[in-house]
Amino acid sequence: MKTWLKIVAVVLVVYVHVAGLLLGVPRLNILNETIRNLYFHVPMWFGMTALYSISLYHSVRYLRNPTLDRDHKASAFATTGIVFGFLGLGTGMLWAKFAWGAFWTGDPKLNGAAITTLVYLAYFVLRGSVDNQEQRSRLSAVYNIFAYAAMIPLIFILPRLSSSLHPGSGGNPGFNTYDLDSQMRLVFYPAVIGWFLVGYWISTLRIRILALEEKMAELDYAKHS
Amino acid sequence: MQSILKYLLAASFLVVSFASHAQQEVDMADTMRSNGKIYVVVGVILIIVVGLFIYLFSLDKKVSRLEKGPTEKIRQTKS
Repeated sequence: MKTWLKIVAVVLVVYVHVAGLLLGVPRLNILNETIRNLYFHVPMWFGMTALYSISLYHSVRYLRNPTLDRDHKASAFATTGIVFGFLGLGTGMLWAKFAWGAFWTGDPKLNGAAITTLVYLAYFVLRGSVDNQEQRSRLSAVYNIFAYAAMIPLIFILPRLSSSLHPGSGGNPGFNTYDLDSQMRLVFYPAVIGWFLVGYWISTLRIRILALEEKMAELDYAKHS
Repeated sequence: MQSILKYLLAASFLVVSFASHAQQEVDMADTMRSNGKIYVVVGVILIIVVGLFIYLFSLDKKVSRLEKGPTEKIRQTKS
């Protein structure tokens, strides 16, 4: 990742934390100031989806032409993705407590997000349970495709088909309907891009560490043989 | 007929003005923003966010140093 992109990420996220708290927002009952959570909670999910998509891309590439580097990339992006997912669940639960009155409801959107996170947790269980590197990489690459194929309907399609409290699904309008003069977009879009770039950056760090570990293992092997 | 329309129109304006008035009474952190030290909160958050980014940059540097560090030298002497 280029240094200028890292700087763009830092500038965007810092801007979001200032503008997100100080700029004006629509005045709505019940939501009150918590409408600002849109700048922090939603980008976690956008970031997670984008990181899982990149992970899927590398898994498909691995299956077409297996190299260790592609397996490392798939696993690193999935790892950062699940971190974003947990942050999304945590922030969503806190917000739900004050907007809906409970940390968790049986809402399709919430359950879909929770199931998605479990499906991706199973990806790491699978990776941890196979010792042979080639087998682990191949199995987890195939599983990753299934996990992604499960995520899309669970988060984006099923909640829209049924009734849901969550904005943007089940006949419930998204925030774009409240944001009549589009002032929230000025913070929301930079937040989505900024947090995604931060996630990408952390993933590249993980990939580089995985490559270093591989190199050290090779050296160890060379020393003992 | 026209007078009824006039009354209806007046009533609807009244409703709209009440509605917009009610809109303005929604609780927002206005006092907090003016003299309630919201800027202190922004400052605290900024310290955390900037601090975490400095940490991330330092981790990045550490990984770069490892990449061109001893493992690379050992490899070169071996071959």
